Amino acid sequence: MTAASVPNAAPALLPADTSIDWNRITRFGGLLALGLVFISLAGMPLGLNQRTVIEPVLSLGYLALMWLPFLAGYNVGNEIVLEGMEATKKGPRDLLGGLIVGAIGGVGLSILVLLIDNFDLRDPLVNWSPQLLEFLNFENGVGFGSWIWIPFCGLLGLAGASLQLMSQTMRRAVMTVILAVIVLSVFEFLIIDIVDPLKKVLYAQQGGLKWGAAIVVAILAAAFSLFGREPISQVRSNYNDATGPEKSRQTAVLIGLSVLALIVIPMFTGKITQELLANVGIFLLLALGLNIVVGLAGILDLGYVAFFAVGGYTTAVLTSSNRGEDWPSWFPSEIHWVLALIATVIMAGIVGLIIGAPVIRMRGDYLAIVTLGFGEIIRLLFLSDWLNGYFNGAQGITNIPPADFGIFEIKGTDPRSVFYLVLFFAAISIYVSWRLERSRLGRAWMAIREDESVAEAMGINTVNVKLMAFVVGAVLASFSGAIFATKVGSIFPTSFLILVSIIILVVVIVGGMGNIVGVIVGAFVLIGVLGGPKQPGLLQEFSEYKLLIYGALLIWMMLKRPEGLVPNARRSRELHQDEFLQDAWLKGEVDDAVPDSGDVDGTVAPA
Amino acid sequence: MTRLLDIQNLSVTFGGLHALKDLNFHVDEGEIVGVIGPNGAGKTTFFNMISGMVTPSSGQILFEGESMIGLDPNQVTQRGISRTFQNVRLFANMTILENVMVAQHCRTSRGVWGSLLNTKGFRQEEKEIREHGEKVLGFFGSRLIGYRMDQPASVLSYANRRRLEIARAMATKPKLLLLDEPVAGMNPMESAELTDLIGKLRSEWGFTIVMIEHDMDVVRDVSDRVVVLDHGETLAQGSFDEVSTNPEVIEAYLGRPLEKRK
Repeated sequence: MTAASVPNAAPALLPADTSIDWNRITRFGGLLALGLVFISLAGMPLGLNQRTVIEPVLSLGYLALMWLPFLAGYNVGNEIVLEGMEATKKGPRDLLGGLIVGAIGGVGLSILVLLIDNFDLRDPLVNWSPQLLEFLNFENGVGFGSWIWIPFCGLLGLAGASLQLMSQTMRRAVMTVILAVIVLSVFEFLIIDIVDPLKKVLYAQQGGLKWGAAIVVAILAAAFSLFGREPISQVRSNYNDATGPEKSRQTAVLIGLSVLALIVIPMFTGKITQELLANVGIFLLLALGLNIVVGLAGILDLGYVAFFAVGGYTTAVLTSSNRGEDWPSWFPSEIHWVLALIATVIMAGIVGLIIGAPVIRMRGDYLAIVTLGFGEIIRLLFLSDWLNGYFNGAQGITNIPPADFGIFEIKGTDPRSVFYLVLFFAAISIYVSWRLERSRLGRAWMAIREDESVAEAMGINTVNVKLMAFVVGAVLASFSGAIFATKVGSIFPTSFLILVSIIILVVVIVGGMGNIVGVIVGAFVLIGVLGGPKQPGLLQEFSEYKLLIYGALLIWMMLKRPEGLVPNARRSRELHQDEFLQDAWLKGEVDDAVPDSGDVDGTVAPA
Repeated sequence: MTRLLDIQNLSVTFGGLHALKDLNFHVDEGEIVGVIGPNGAGKTTFFNMISGMVTPSSGQILFEGESMIGLDPNQVTQRGISRTFQNVRLFANMTILENVMVAQHCRTSRGVWGSLLNTKGFRQEEKEIREHGEKVLGFFGSRLIGYRMDQPASVLSYANRRRLEIARAMATKPKLLLLDEPVAGMNPMESAELTDLIGKLRSEWGFTIVMIEHDMDVVRDVSDRVVVLDHGETLAQGSFDEVSTNPEVIEAYLGRPLEKRK
């Protein structure tokens, strides 16, 4: 069979199965019940209950429980439709499924209500409290609380399932409305910070969208989804279809506009947004550096925070007036930030070499474990009594002055200046990643990632080339450290916990390993919305559950989209090799089907 | 003729197993040597050892008169020995052109600064890498060039993968080319064509070639000399006709006739 004949094959549709899949329903229901109980006992509903989403109807606490049955109800009706198969006609069957799934989930919460009422497990489970009981009872007594969740979750499941019955346009419109209302109310602080007058229009005194405003927002969102989508998708498909110089022109315009937006926006926003952007920038710098090490060279470095720490401490020692006392008097002190930065970069390069030299000879898991160790060693050195005279141990180095550039100053109290500095260095990092990826060195990294032994047999000095990636990564991280030290004004070993390494790695993975745009998106989404290891994000209420969300997100990503939000084409090919080959075969690009007997004539000699 | 590769009394042991025992072997410049032998004879270990992936336990390897013992595989390639693999090992997710470009790594030198500043030298070198890459791909006709160059190597058919592997080895600008079963998995027409090309690798590109091959037609057609390995030892050496009539060789391949065994 040749590739060309495949699309012509008559689609023989198999009849869909119309019976109710009880197995699937009970599985979804059970998982839903577990999920609801877990979220309740993790303390999310109670912790988030102070925040109103829509005044006076809905609080964030209830929303934290409500989205789950809705999603489960929708998903239970989902099915994978393969080519040549007929999709089931959605109908009462799916509605019933959603209703039952939701109700089973509700049973979980009802049981939880009864258990909390009768037993005291507060010792291991801190949130097993009368307050949680009150919350779950809608403050109406156990009699009410013990049954209300069953119909309530059932209806939510039904609502979710009803999405399956809608046309694509309707479904999109409904989702847009829900998202718009939630985003507007959850990001209240940010929106007020950017456009202050909106505060009176949209939001109630004690926080939360006014219910009138919520309706207006919903109508606008629906209108946008129904009528505004067309021009946008037009522009997007224009961009996707463009080729050659036209494409690069459009890309240039796109990049120019985003840079302009990033420069202009902070001028008009309040401190909260600026602070947020500065934090995102610092972690973006780290993530871009780690992207070279992990994404391009394939070295899984779990101790990347070491170079962040070295950068921060070097700058601190050279600029602060309050560094340790044991430094010899000739050692430069309180020098200008730019000079300190140069020293920092050199120092980071040296440390990169010192740590890298023994580590780089290892492969895979061993390398990851050893880098993890080095990351901790560096932090413990700064914390140690032995070097107390140099780095002040746990007291850290304080009094780091602002970076003075004559006409302007960069200091932590002015997050906008920090953001512009970060933007400058991010531009450098992006340029470095972009150039290196497309160079002789980038190709060598790629080859090493694919097959290290063969790369070596093809004449690549793998040790040197990998070490180079390590050092470039270290230097980029030290930029971030230098800015961090100046921004915070003081520096402590606790700023460099292993958690930092992990969060940066999650940013790179979730964003899309090996893809610069992906890393930028990852940094904005994770650090901006959820927050860094110690820095609050947009969802300040969620900061207590930040790591929980990070973990859940990581698991979900690994299962559903391992290549990240904005994937690198090559890496997603690595991860989806089979599907990619299938597509290539359908398009007739695989040459197995063509008789392979020289390029002149296609005839095969008789055997 | 000068002696390009000279292997003296070489042994390789894995634990108690002698993969190669007291092997003596040489290749003169411009020669095509076929290495044959039954499965497990130590042929691939022999290649691994020349290319530095396995360290011999005793003996000497001289390449252009210099010892190669203890060199890393990349240094061996740098000196001018390049190889292909029996089980094709391409960089499957890199494009076809990138596969041959990356193989020129040890022949080029521009580093971080060149690429960051996009210097004239860097651009010149990139251009040369690309041109040389296209040249080696062009050696196999139109199969690997044109729109193909920007496709990942994983879409290639088996025969084309073998060809690309040879192209990648050629791209390292070697003096000595080690081909590990170059026609395995090819149909008779394809292997006849590749046999021609192997001849051209010597006449047009000036490579000296050592080739492991099971296909006796190919061995007969291109080899100047054939070396038979069995149990890690040289069983016989000489022209194809000498070797193929040697009773010991026949015995190693086919086994001893029943009546003799008694």
